[in-house]
Amino acid sequence: MSGSSKEKLNLKLKVWRQKGPNDKGEFMEYDAKDISTDMSFLEMLDVMNNDLIRNGKDPVEFDHDCREGICGACSLVVNGSPHGPEVATTTCQLHMRKFKDGETIYVEPFRAKAFPVVRDLVVDRSSFDRIQQAGGFISVNTGNAQDANAIAVAKDNADAAFEAAACIGCGACVAACKNASASLFVAAKITHLGLLPQGQPERDKRALAMIAQMDAEGFGGCTNTGACSATCPKEISLETIAKMNRDYLVATVRDRPKSETLGAGI
Amino acid sequence: MAKLDAKIPPGSVQEKWEKHKFDMKLVNPANKRKFDIIVVGTGLAGASAASSLAELGYNVKSFCIQDSPRRAHSIAAQGGINAAKNYPNDGDSIYRLFYDTVKGGDFRAREANVYRLAEISTHIIDHCVALGVPFAREYGGLLSNRSFGGAQVSRTFYARGQTGQQLLLGAYSSMMRQVALGKVQSYDRREMLDLVMVDGFARGITCRNLVTGEIESHAGHAVVLATGGYGNVFYLSTNAKNSNVTASWRCHKKGASFANPCFTQIHPTCIPVSGDYQSKLTLMSESLRNDGRVWVPKAKGDKRHPSEIPDAERDYYLERVYPSFGNLAPRDVSSRQAKFRVDEGHGVGETGIAVYLDFRDAIKRLGQAAISEKYGNLFEMYEKITGENPYRQPMRIYPAVHYTMGGLWVDYNLMSTIPGLHVLGEANFSDHGANRLGASALMQGLADGYFVIPNTMGHFLASNSLKPVTTEHDAFKASRDEVKKRLDQFLHMKGKRTVDDFHRALGHIMWQKVGMSRNAKGLKEAISEIQKLRSEFWQDVRVPGEMNYKNEELEKAGRVSDFLELGELMALDALTREESCGGHFRDEFQTPDNEAKRDDTNFCHVAAWDYKTQGSQISWALEKEALEFENVHLATRSYK
Repeated sequence: MSGSSKEKLNLKLKVWRQKGPNDKGEFMEYDAKDISTDMSFLEMLDVMNNDLIRNGKDPVEFDHDCREGICGACSLVVNGSPHGPEVATTTCQLHMRKFKDGETIYVEPFRAKAFPVVRDLVVDRSSFDRIQQAGGFISVNTGNAQDANAIAVAKDNADAAFEAAACIGCGACVAACKNASASLFVAAKITHLGLLPQGQPERDKRALAMIAQMDAEGFGGCTNTGACSATCPKEISLETIAKMNRDYLVATVRDRPKSETLGAGI
Repeated sequence: MAKLDAKIPPGSVQEKWEKHKFDMKLVNPANKRKFDIIVVGTGLAGASAASSLAELGYNVKSFCIQDSPRRAHSIAAQGGINAAKNYPNDGDSIYRLFYDTVKGGDFRAREANVYRLAEISTHIIDHCVALGVPFAREYGGLLSNRSFGGAQVSRTFYARGQTGQQLLLGAYSSMMRQVALGKVQSYDRREMLDLVMVDGFARGITCRNLVTGEIESHAGHAVVLATGGYGNVFYLSTNAKNSNVTASWRCHKKGASFANPCFTQIHPTCIPVSGDYQSKLTLMSESLRNDGRVWVPKAKGDKRHPSEIPDAERDYYLERVYPSFGNLAPRDVSSRQAKFRVDEGHGVGETGIAVYLDFRDAIKRLGQAAISEKYGNLFEMYEKITGENPYRQPMRIYPAVHYTMGGLWVDYNLMSTIPGLHVLGEANFSDHGANRLGASALMQGLADGYFVIPNTMGHFLASNSLKPVTTEHDAFKASRDEVKKRLDQFLHMKGKRTVDDFHRALGHIMWQKVGMSRNAKGLKEAISEIQKLRSEFWQDVRVPGEMNYKNEELEKAGRVSDFLELGELMALDALTREESCGGHFRDEFQTPDNEAKRDDTNFCHVAAWDYKTQGSQISWALEKEALEFENVHLATRSYK
């Protein structure tokens, strides 16, 4: 396990510390010394935290788990960008070779009304689970399925469904959006299921219910700036939002006779 | 003292599950809502169990340590899921999948369980497609398959290099649907810290709310544990950072036998360690070995750039040693071969602890676009971590701890030695023997959760008349007190070394002495070193902060305290098993050409360990479950 012979960095970190959702919070300054350029950003924070503990201080809380860019747990804003400066990269896959010696790095939590801060850099993203509960599924009980090859799915559709399904639910799209909209997250799920034959029976209901829940959670509206897609570590396309809007419009029109418009008396 | 009755149904292996399903007692549909079931863990096994049990009408309480059930570590599985569909018409069958899995496990798995797994495999694919899992497809619109190590047929279904993610999101979506229907209550950021037993039955759990620090009790009629494997005992592994053994271990301490703890899978294709700060290792899917060729320079210490080493000076050692399986030799075999090459001085890269996985020939044959279509995300991930472009130069890979075949002992119904405690997925020991074949973990997790437990849980509930129990019961209070006491102990120690310091030290002992190859001397040393480290931990660990808020160091301290006991048991099990089989390789027991040498006369059994304490002294008692092979005859495993 010999160390790399590459250069080492000495950095200043300005890290957001906040004791709980109702605490005001502030930036605190820390040093990170002798940082190998082969380290990941989170490994650099591990080093900083172990130093803090040894010096009798409380380490900085941050969410992380798989550290290979797929679980969606890590959620830092690094120098103003959710997941940091590199495109198509989660914070855990951001490596220190992207930084310069002597640099000052600002580290903040994802900020949105619907993502309250739990502690330091940890936020509560359970609003995403509630949006999924509203309709991000196909209603099929175990045991009902026919043979997997009974319905052919055009490869292009299957591939496009996969591209949308690759969303890791990290919430960077929300953190990047000036309105804190969750449109890209919701659109990814609606697009994934809407492109598959299995997803058709609930397509209208899904769009209406998921969007209603997104609004209820306090996420903002979409104004098509595209910051979400540009920030997305999985590069979910902005087209998904167009697809979502289309599904929503169609569903609203089709749903009209059954909804309160009927009650209003046509 | 636990009694090991595997409860394997009678009849031929083909009839057992079908007959057993008929023989099992049922819970009438109207009565199912009277039962509360606790499911711990939300990976493939846990999420599929929670949703399937809820669909049947049971009330499910689901728990996970992550901030959302969708983030369980199954999400990171890359390569694929096996199923005996035989869509490619290449000779596959349920029997062949069964045969390959028993042989791949080096004859240390239960035949009846493995056959059931192979039988269920086809239904899993059907169900996942119905849930909207976007598997890879051919131009005709039908499902695509690829091959994986240890098999000569193409039976692996996949979703690019993110199969685990897609399968888990499918199971998670089912579970979210049941949350909306009010049949599943989902508790995130909760860590199970104790099993609560009433009248000898598992009747609930004690957990810590990781946000508020509150110690909570939850009661039910049965507990399902689906909390994954224990690879993080090695500190460095491909497991997620928070994966741990604590839930299983606390059950073990309450009387659940732990089976075959030494059976660890070292995955051959991982990105090598680059420095002491390293926090985890990243797997490069085994599917890469379909197109990548593994080699080292023939000359020792050859430091030339790989592109400057001509073919004649390269040793494609897997193709040389195993001509019929070549680069697709099983994981244990491939890992050991890599270690042999490195130990002999042929290793590559800055550290010399790596071998090459080269796509040059596949890119020449199929074009870069085709390779990118299959493995694009893996190539990108490799480049992000190493700063090297694998389209231009070979990947450097080395084996790393990836999966643990051992786990809590379960019978055919997936019930542990504690009545009512059921264990699913990687957390149990049952199906993979001494080595797991690629693309079989996802299969097992979903088989257990979607198709086995919904049947066997009913049988358990209908066969026992369980009295109502609430969290006011003394057993819950005693458990809460015990849990609090342990947490307070960590916080009051105020020692000098961090939890990570201890975890790293443990990992070093485990990797050096209980890793890819083991011997009696090293294992004995490991046992005494781990005991010493454990006693240092309880005197000198430093856990900052307090109990009543999000405190990751406190979470980690509990997990490492359990790893410090598990590590000793793994070494003890490895020492006791005086043979080599699958992932367990003892230097003393090998054939002249360095292959694992099994001892079927003395070790054709499951080693199940019971936890004993006397004062602060811990020890274990061994029980054996004999394995019988009526269908796949015991033979030396050969991939040559």
